[in-house]
Amino acid sequence: MRELRIHGRGGQGSVTAAELIAIAAFEGGVFAQAFPAFGVERRGAPVQAFVRFDDKIIRKRSQVYEPDYIIVQDSTLIKDVNVFQGVKKGGIVIVNTERVPDFKVPEGVKLITIDATSIALKAIGLPITNTSLMGAFAAATGEIKFSALEHALNHRFPKELAINNIEAARQAYDRVKGAA
Amino acid sequence: MMEITEGSHAVAEAVKFCRPQVIAAYPITPQTHIVEALAEYVANCELDAEYITVENEFSALSACIGASAAGSRTYSATTSQGLALMFEVCFNVAGMRLPIVMSIANRALGAPLSIWNDQQDSISLRDSGWLQFYAEDNQEATDLHYIAYRVAEESSVLLPAFVCFDGFILSHTYEPIDMLTQDDIDRFLPKYTPSERLDAADPISFGMYATPEYYHEFRYEMDRALKESKAIIHKAGKEFGQMFGRDYSAMVEGYRLEDAETAIVALGSICGTTKDAIDEMRDEGKKVGLLKIRVFRPFPTEDVAKALLHVKRVAVLDKNISLGAKGAVTLEVKDALYNSGIPVKGYIIGLGGRDVRKKDIKEIVALVEKGQGDMFYGLRTEVL
Amino acid sequence: MALAVGCRARPGKSRDNKTGSWRVFKPVFDREKCTQCGLCMTLCPEGCVHETEEGFVAPDYTYCKGCGICAEECPGTAIAMKQEEK
Repeated sequence: MRELRIHGRGGQGSVTAAELIAIAAFEGGVFAQAFPAFGVERRGAPVQAFVRFDDKIIRKRSQVYEPDYIIVQDSTLIKDVNVFQGVKKGGIVIVNTERVPDFKVPEGVKLITIDATSIALKAIGLPITNTSLMGAFAAATGEIKFSALEHALNHRFPKELAINNIEAARQAYDRVKGAA
Repeated sequence: MMEITEGSHAVAEAVKFCRPQVIAAYPITPQTHIVEALAEYVANCELDAEYITVENEFSALSACIGASAAGSRTYSATTSQGLALMFEVCFNVAGMRLPIVMSIANRALGAPLSIWNDQQDSISLRDSGWLQFYAEDNQEATDLHYIAYRVAEESSVLLPAFVCFDGFILSHTYEPIDMLTQDDIDRFLPKYTPSERLDAADPISFGMYATPEYYHEFRYEMDRALKESKAIIHKAGKEFGQMFGRDYSAMVEGYRLEDAETAIVALGSICGTTKDAIDEMRDEGKKVGLLKIRVFRPFPTEDVAKALLHVKRVAVLDKNISLGAKGAVTLEVKDALYNSGIPVKGYIIGLGGRDVRKKDIKEIVALVEKGQGDMFYGLRTEVL
Repeated sequence: MALAVGCRARPGKSRDNKTGSWRVFKPVFDREKCTQCGLCMTLCPEGCVHETEEGFVAPDYTYCKGCGICAEECPGTAIAMKQEEK
């Protein structure tokens, strides 16, 4: 079983990202489970969402404490929350930031930074970074195919919104693929 | 067909397949997406039902009483304080013998305010005369709605039913589900045809006055109908299994229990994590098994006793607490095993959304082996 | 009598209970003074005041409990409460 933990703030689409990643993974033929852990119900409050991937039915329902993958939607969270807690050796951490990182990830963990906010602003016109980070996740981990992500986005959003979000995801996907 | 979907949406779709004729619900917190999705089905003409939005949950279930008494298949959904506000109406529904089905996305009760999961809400209504089904996963959460209507509407039962599934842990979780189709459910669930209903041309009153000469017997009849519903649940669950491959004839289900020395008893979504923990303990040579309780009302006392008679000790997990006594499930299991000599210990876990992990299950097994229990598990003593 | 499921009942049960025997005071209607405003019919808690074939109002003494509401509410003085001899 592989596990993903997404850290974000209320309103950034962390829960939607978890759902769409699970949907895309399921299309790829694995069992997937996605669920949120709400804090206080307030825009901007720290939020976590989780995804599990496995070849067999997933029965476990506890939150994710030792993730293989972490997505951080907002690098300002790093100061407030121990977002890298429990990450496995060999794991992958994807952080949205436009700056050179001034933080360290645990040893043996791969860090990928991407300026998802700029990508989102250009492609969607809103600072909602979840779809860009999903593209980055697909490229970095191979857990989901880009085509499956595209299907999931097309299914979730109205046409124009889907096109823009797919564009954001594609730019992030290409950027991470190109850097690898 | 297997599809990946959210628990609440899957339940809404399952309810749609049951063809409810009247849905009444309070649409605001603490509501789930279930009724939102159903409202959309009705607005899009995918479901031919009267959808009534009301000012609170008391009115929601009251509207259901009228609709059900008039002979409609009726549905509502709520949770937490919403269910608490329905307390009085729940007793009326059962007493009038109206087979309303209601989904409960289990959540904690305030104060203190909590939006998170435990099972205190539905457990607190255990004495109201409603059947109570508890789902381990979203597959069960959908399937149990079909079973619930079948059993509730049976003429020998005529009692309402809760289908309980853990709030957030299941209601907000995306996972693969084998969704049945409208044709499937039309074959399994016949049209509701009550023998008596409200009719202006042939007037009748429901839930009339019962003096002390009669009230006692009315309660007895409800208790008898609830107990006799066990046979109906068995029959409906078996038939469902024959038609769709998932057998719900048993009210309790063992997991690696045959040769177990320590048995864990639980209801709801915690059973999944527990099964994973049991597999790991088995790999370490510990003989641990699970008894999952799917139907809490009527309580399957004999089935529980039969399933546990060979074990050396029992640990019961309760996501509820009858304050001043013990967890509700623990009390029932102790009753079922009275005189057996098997020690039964209760553990209050996961209240108000406290996460329960595999390591917690393992620690509880270690505690029951030492004879320690009947306690709140995992207390943060540093804040006490 | 066997219990009805859900304590359901047909209407009309109050007809079986002839409450007229409870009466101590009896309303006596004075046709001369009555304006047939109908207030007594509306307000009778037993619903036993009715219009007669001749177009006047009268109580049904089989059910009238003698509560006196009709006499109290009559805008005129058409209804008098008189003790009954039993």
